[in-house]
Amino acid sequence: MSEAAQESATTEVVDEKRIKKMCLILSKATLDNVYAYFILANGARMEGIEAEIFFTFFGLEAITAKKLDDLHVATVGNPAMHLPTMLGGLPGMENFATSMMKKEMEKLDIPPVGEFLDILKASGVNLWACKLAMEMFHLKEEALYSDIDGVLTVGSFYERAKGEGTHLLFI
Amino acid sequence: MSNERTIAGHNVQVNDEGFMTDINQWNQEVASALAEEEGVEMTDRHWEVVNFIQDQYKKEVALSIRKMGKSGVVDIKEFYSLFPNGPLKKASKISGIPKPQSCI
Repeated sequence: MSEAAQESATTEVVDEKRIKKMCLILSKATLDNVYAYFILANGARMEGIEAEIFFTFFGLEAITAKKLDDLHVATVGNPAMHLPTMLGGLPGMENFATSMMKKEMEKLDIPPVGEFLDILKASGVNLWACKLAMEMFHLKEEALYSDIDGVLTVGSFYERAKGEGTHLLFI
Repeated sequence: MSNERTIAGHNVQVNDEGFMTDINQWNQEVASALAEEEGVEMTDRHWEVVNFIQDQYKKEVALSIRKMGKSGVVDIKEFYSLFPNGPLKKASKISGIPKPQSCI
């Protein structure tokens, strides 16, 4: 094989293994989980990778219009806080940690949740609400962020994840 | 690591990923040739975005998708359609500035 042919063969293999699509399933809506996922989705689009987010269980809060800009960091049961659990449960502690985190995020040019959703949509990320979780929480579509792509069953979401180079993540 | 490349008849320094390392070597011919390699055909709208990006670079402002959306030059949707598959990276390469380090 000539050097050039070898090189092109290598490129093809690399290209085949390239991530083509990220399907992210979000089942929690603490601020840190939501930001991690939004940054992963946005980062995928910035690299030319497709991205979809399926909001299920408590993850739905991140696309519930009245709640999405009022998400919190968990100060209890979060060892990375390096805060004794008893203290984490004191009144105001969660608000304090949340406002600290929001301030740091803004410094890094990371937008608030609502604006971030607008950016994800404009970047071509598909946002889906889980049908079963919607029924469980008695949520109507009207209560959600207005620009979601729709309400899906798990099966339909898996259907969207088929194809080579697709990765599924759950948090 | 910097390598020398001839782009559109001009000798320019690029790094391993093909980003130019000296913006003073940039000109429109080089930019058009780089754009073609990225599958982008330059229009007036593309040049407006490139001018904005170079201006921000000279002011030492780190770029992000959010900042592009607030630039007043282009919105995020158009930015993605002008430079498909990785707009910030592609537009930076065509603008002759280093690869953006932003995650957002």
